[in-house]
Amino acid sequence: MQEESLLTMRRIDKRFPGVLALNGVDFTLRKGEIHALMGENGAGKSTLIKVLTGVYQMDGGEIRVEGEKVSIHSPQDAQNAGISTVYQEITLCPNLTVAENMFIGRSRGAWVRQNKLEERADEILTKLGIPARSTQLLGSCSLAVQQMVAIARAVDMQCKVLILDEPTSSLDDKEVKQLFDLMRDLKKQDVGIIFVTHFLDQVYEVSDRITVLRNGELVGEYLTEELPQLQLVSKMIGKELEELSNLGDSEEEKIMQPEVFYEAEGLSSTEALPFDFSIRKGEVNGFTGLLGSGRSESVRAIFGADKVTGGTVKINGKPVKIQRPIDAMKHGIGYLAEDRKRDGIIAELSVRENIILALQVMNGMWRPISRSESESFADEYIKVLNIKTASRETPVGSLSGGNQQKVILARWLLTHPDYLILDEPTRGIDVGTKLEIQKLVLKLAEEGVSVTFISSEVEEMLRTCSRLIVMRDRHAVGELTGKDLNQTQVMKTIAGGES
Amino acid sequence: MKKLAFLKRKEPLNDTQLLMTITIVIFFVMYLSAVLLLGGGFLHPQQIFDMLNDNASLIIVSCGLTIVMIGGGIDISVGAVTSLVVMSCVLYLNKGGNIFVSLLLALGIGLAFGLVHGFLVSYLEIQPFIVTLAGLFFARGMTTILSVNPQKVQHTAFNNLRAKKIEISWLGYRAKNGTLVPARIELGVVAALFCVILVWILLKYIRLGRNFYAIGGNQQSALMLGINVKRTRFMSYVLSGLLSGLAGYVFMMHTGAGNATNAAGMEMNAIASSIIGGTLLTGGVGNVIGTFFGTLSLTTIKKIVVSSGLNDPWWQSITTGGMLCFFILLQSVVLGRRQKKAKT
Repeated sequence: MQEESLLTMRRIDKRFPGVLALNGVDFTLRKGEIHALMGENGAGKSTLIKVLTGVYQMDGGEIRVEGEKVSIHSPQDAQNAGISTVYQEITLCPNLTVAENMFIGRSRGAWVRQNKLEERADEILTKLGIPARSTQLLGSCSLAVQQMVAIARAVDMQCKVLILDEPTSSLDDKEVKQLFDLMRDLKKQDVGIIFVTHFLDQVYEVSDRITVLRNGELVGEYLTEELPQLQLVSKMIGKELEELSNLGDSEEEKIMQPEVFYEAEGLSSTEALPFDFSIRKGEVNGFTGLLGSGRSESVRAIFGADKVTGGTVKINGKPVKIQRPIDAMKHGIGYLAEDRKRDGIIAELSVRENIILALQVMNGMWRPISRSESESFADEYIKVLNIKTASRETPVGSLSGGNQQKVILARWLLTHPDYLILDEPTRGIDVGTKLEIQKLVLKLAEEGVSVTFISSEVEEMLRTCSRLIVMRDRHAVGELTGKDLNQTQVMKTIAGGES
Repeated sequence: MKKLAFLKRKEPLNDTQLLMTITIVIFFVMYLSAVLLLGGGFLHPQQIFDMLNDNASLIIVSCGLTIVMIGGGIDISVGAVTSLVVMSCVLYLNKGGNIFVSLLLALGIGLAFGLVHGFLVSYLEIQPFIVTLAGLFFARGMTTILSVNPQKVQHTAFNNLRAKKIEISWLGYRAKNGTLVPARIELGVVAALFCVILVWILLKYIRLGRNFYAIGGNQQSALMLGINVKRTRFMSYVLSGLLSGLAGYVFMMHTGAGNATNAAGMEMNAIASSIIGGTLLTGGVGNVIGTFFGTLSLTTIKKIVVSSGLNDPWWQSITTGGMLCFFILLQSVVLGRRQKKAKT
């Protein structure tokens, strides 16, 4: 491997009102290496990336590309310096064609020659094996393909530094592999890749070096092969994590209360095919399956989040009608939605206002929660869930992902639900908070709350759930309990083969 | 074989093209039914030319508004700016001004409004609705300050120019006394068609035009793709202002007089035209050809209403409202079905 440094960031500072988001962070990227940037949410990874790409202006420090000092004030500056970024959220325009998305903002001259662009785009797409046509509208492609188009764009820009910010979170295994092949290809062409992800396995599969950040400070830079996974996790969290490996072992035998809390027969919605489902009091179960297998759609039907089209539902043995979320809430069901930004937080409102939201809705508009009451609720849950926020009046949007998630959890806990549906509660949040949420789920179950838990990480579900419903192609294809609850069995059922 | 390639659609119609196609089809259906139900008057070429003569300035203004709306903004000052331009130019000409300078004056006033709007909206990030609402009041107020009373153009050279019309004799008709009355097209219509074509080229083949779609589609993405979002948005208001200026001049060519209530409600008609033509208020989708047919549809329905004997002015408003509602419903149904299809 070449040791020549491609990008150096020295003593980078970035302050936000009340927070020092980056405190003298150093980062070095060499030519032709894949460098994983790790850290919990709120550790400063995203901030560092945004400083590098010109979204934020740094307050101190310097950035050099190939030894030359560069000043980056806008995404364009970053592009000119040879730094390209592919963000977790697709940052392309859905109303333009694939070809245009690859070339817009780059060409000079007033005229756009669509045909020429399309030809070139097709060439690149074929070369990289991306299943898209250049003339297709981007919005008509799958998320994974959109992501690859974004990478194709970056690749074609002859970038020296490619930043992949959580690129794999919406891809399935095959696509991840494709992406990694692409990354290794680029590596050979001396491109330096900064890889930000929450998937530890992927870090070990593809990266050469790891830089760990914590609380806006540099913890250290390590060669991947010299840093065992458990040690990496403890460096990210900042404490020895015996609990991490211990949790779960004690979950072998879960005592189950016998009564069924919720029962659905032939429940279907505009998005979900008819399915049967039931959950006992104090039970933790899970839906698993690949992305798009219908797991989220099923729980959304339970909550009435999509239009319910059929089926009967019983709660505590009595038939009820759940057509809208408010019906579900009145029957003691809470639902933490998959997409935190879209269906969860209201970014401009304060932590306090976000927390009391569900309770206020249930009370109705004629019984407002008094200020002092809401303040005490907020303070209580900030403490119980250990939410890291400057104050209860801080806008939720300025919190890190994990803390935002805790705020939404607090919102539902405040309504004292009998049945809580958590759809991907740990997506995109740090290991420490993940663990806290898993523990919380188990604690709730002990108190007799039924929980449905959905996660992309099978391991996490095995640790918390006592029953797993496996979905494939929008059908439930298996239900695993007891001894069958292990990774191989889950994989087998998802894959649908016998071996 | 290669020559035929453009005939074969590689892709299904995109949203913009679909909405535009719907508008064009509905326009022709509407016009045809007008011919069938209300008879010969609508068959006359002059009828179509009159629609264009009367609405040339509206078409120009709508072109500008379409640009702004594709970029995700709105400009409700266009009618008031048009009115101010008319009044300023009339007064200037009546003081013995030069025709060419009066045209520059018109464009200059429009440009000035565009620059200020663009600056406030893009660089100071003030809501476009508020900014252009302020512009609307300002321009209306200025118009009244210039003259409360209607002013007729007394400029001989200008009136000669105004009287110039393109006459097409073979499209004309024989009056009752047997003389041939040729079809007449005003110069303003030429300007309007010219604008439509220019804006169409801009939006389809020019980098700036494509950038309008990008910022309207997803502003954040556009920024990340390296587009200068602020400058692009700024340009959309500048173009809208400039076209309002031109529209004012065309308006004056058509009416030959300035009046404080000139072009009242034109901004609303322009918004309606754009929307009927398939431009979405949310930005990123739209087409100026659609807008052109949107204006024609709007005019046709008004003509139909008048021809059916409903002469009171409110009937036109009511039908305009109904039609706008119909189109918006139709669009949301069509786009909604599409999204559903795309999902499965």
